[in-house]
Amino acid sequence: MIPTLEIERERAHLDAERENQREHWDGSAADGRVYRPGELDLSHKVILYLDDITVSFDGFRALNKLSLTIDAGELRCIIGPNGAGKTTMMDVITGKTRPDSGTAFFGQTIDLTRLTEPEIAHAGIGRKFQKPTIFEHHSAFENLELAMKADKRVRRTLFASLLDDERDRVAEVLRQIRLDQAADRPAGLLSHGQKQWLEIGMLLMQEPRLLLLDEPVAGMTDDETERTAELFTSLAGKHSLVVVEHDMAFVEALGGKVTVLCEGSVLAEGDLATVQADPRVIEVYLGR
Amino acid sequence: MRTPFTLRLFQSMPRGGWIALAIFAAVAWIGVPVAHLALPESHPLHVFAYTVSLLGKILCYMVVAVAMDLIWGYAGILSLGHGLFFALGGYAFGMYLMRQIGRDGSYGAELPDFMVFLDWKELPWYWAGSDSLLWALFLVVALPGLVAFVFGWFAFRSRIKGVYFSIITQALTYAAMLLFFRNETGFGGNNGFTDFKRILGYDITSPGMRVTLFALSAALLIACLVLGRYLVTSRFGRVLAAIRDAESRVMFIGYNPLHYKLFMWTLSAMLCGLAGALYVPQVGIINPSEMSPANSIEIAVWVAVGGRGTLVGAVLGAGIVNLAKSVFTVYLPEYWPFVLGFLFIVVTLYLPDGVVGLWRKLRARRAAAALDDASAAAGAGLSAAIGGAPAEVPATERQAARSTADTPIAKGANA
Repeated sequence: MIPTLEIERERAHLDAERENQREHWDGSAADGRVYRPGELDLSHKVILYLDDITVSFDGFRALNKLSLTIDAGELRCIIGPNGAGKTTMMDVITGKTRPDSGTAFFGQTIDLTRLTEPEIAHAGIGRKFQKPTIFEHHSAFENLELAMKADKRVRRTLFASLLDDERDRVAEVLRQIRLDQAADRPAGLLSHGQKQWLEIGMLLMQEPRLLLLDEPVAGMTDDETERTAELFTSLAGKHSLVVVEHDMAFVEALGGKVTVLCEGSVLAEGDLATVQADPRVIEVYLGR
Repeated sequence: MRTPFTLRLFQSMPRGGWIALAIFAAVAWIGVPVAHLALPESHPLHVFAYTVSLLGKILCYMVVAVAMDLIWGYAGILSLGHGLFFALGGYAFGMYLMRQIGRDGSYGAELPDFMVFLDWKELPWYWAGSDSLLWALFLVVALPGLVAFVFGWFAFRSRIKGVYFSIITQALTYAAMLLFFRNETGFGGNNGFTDFKRILGYDITSPGMRVTLFALSAALLIACLVLGRYLVTSRFGRVLAAIRDAESRVMFIGYNPLHYKLFMWTLSAMLCGLAGALYVPQVGIINPSEMSPANSIEIAVWVAVGGRGTLVGAVLGAGIVNLAKSVFTVYLPEYWPFVLGFLFIVVTLYLPDGVVGLWRKLRARRAAAALDDASAAAGAGLSAAIGGAPAEVPATERQAARSTADTPIAKGANA
């Protein structure tokens, strides 16, 4: 008898909580409706909150009370010397690393520290790794097909067939990343720059709300870099982008707000010119 | 337009594959039965009882090889404990076979002989229902499936991979072997089950039963190949191979690798269980040595010899190694372990993609040579008009041909 009682009590508690949320719906009041669970709440125009995040590895503080917010539709560049914690920050956002303390929210409601990597991907965060990670034995087309926003449970993929509009969507992204000529080529045979583009294409197929891009133009030719900058600026607005990059010309071309990370926390923030003029930034980059 | 499932099943295999399966089915379901049952022993085409049972046994091994390939070649998970699932299927069916002996055992008792010997008065609880064929068939699939599911759940959830996973599977089958060696476990101790008499009341040693078991083994292999082919060409199969090649990327595009691995792992174990169930009545014995670590390693050798990541490779590998084993254990029994070891070294060093990989490489080389000839001929005539173009196009095609020959699953082992 006790278990049923407990379940009932819990249910009553949940109902009360739901009721409570309805009364204090300041978050969703802006839209005049209640959000579904798991839906991204952008009512405060902020897509990502990182607050007071600390991550230590064997005593080394990779992130040290890092606080950062990204606005919806923003294109943000993150720069900083090696070991500043840029990749660890991305690991925290995508659920690969759990912070020792601090909070990470996607929109107003989604607590990233409680979700697994696939759940975070479904919530709408896409990530591009520093080293291009694509499926080398699959063709470029298949890489995009697998990344496509769809029901990704086993029982669906067992019987999934590619619908016409899905095929069109893949073809469209292939054109966008200029791989339409290489659609059937095994991805392992693409050039380094093409692999980077393919990975960006996989991100686009996911239709994420927030894209995290770790050194997306590493190993690209100048021409490719320029085209990547064009692509990213065209994505901003509809998507939010966080770009980690060392290439200052590329950061300048993107033209967004720049955050400088150093020793696991934010050192400076502002447009590129302001940040570059900041004496503390000059110090960490040039050393003394 | 959504393609109907049956059509997709049909399309998943190229026409050559279906033709090969049809020929195989004709031989196994008509050719061998006729040659064994209808032709007199003096006839040159008569297939002897020994050969039918040997081939039936090898067909069961081929099924295990396909199951192993699905999890190793396509999902990159090297199991060194697949012999356990095979043996569990065998034991589950063996229980039924023991009950079918009835009062014809040496002690003439209702209980199996080994229980009488242990002075047990009644069947242990887990033998309940073992006199029903349906229950036995259920156990054959469910028991290995359940063990695999529970083990896989904990192993994959803890993200145990690569060589660590292999070692744990090896330990698992070893532990099970020790458990089954004990008389008190209730499965006949180190003698296991043997002296089978009947299935469904029919004499197990009759030619008709022998041919039936053989035909069923062939049917199981065909079903496995069709199912396997469908799986690896479906989106599911592409996700599985993607997990093998870049698991973190798979997670970050929203798939949960745990579910994919667990599904394939459990299905693979179930197929092994079915193979084990058909194996036991054909060889007439099941004992804990089937769970020995060496047996499971041998399964991996079959697949490696044939070629990981190709279903036909797994079938060929199991066939080649086991035929060689049959020959050697008859003529030079003491040398077989050396041959097996030598085979493994040769394959690891020189044939990373097995027999199938070798064949593909040769074919690609021939194609590349043909292209070279063609471009040389074309280049001589047209070089002035078209410049470097004709030489360039074959070069890239050649590269593509070569690398497709190189691609199959070099990553499987170190993933």
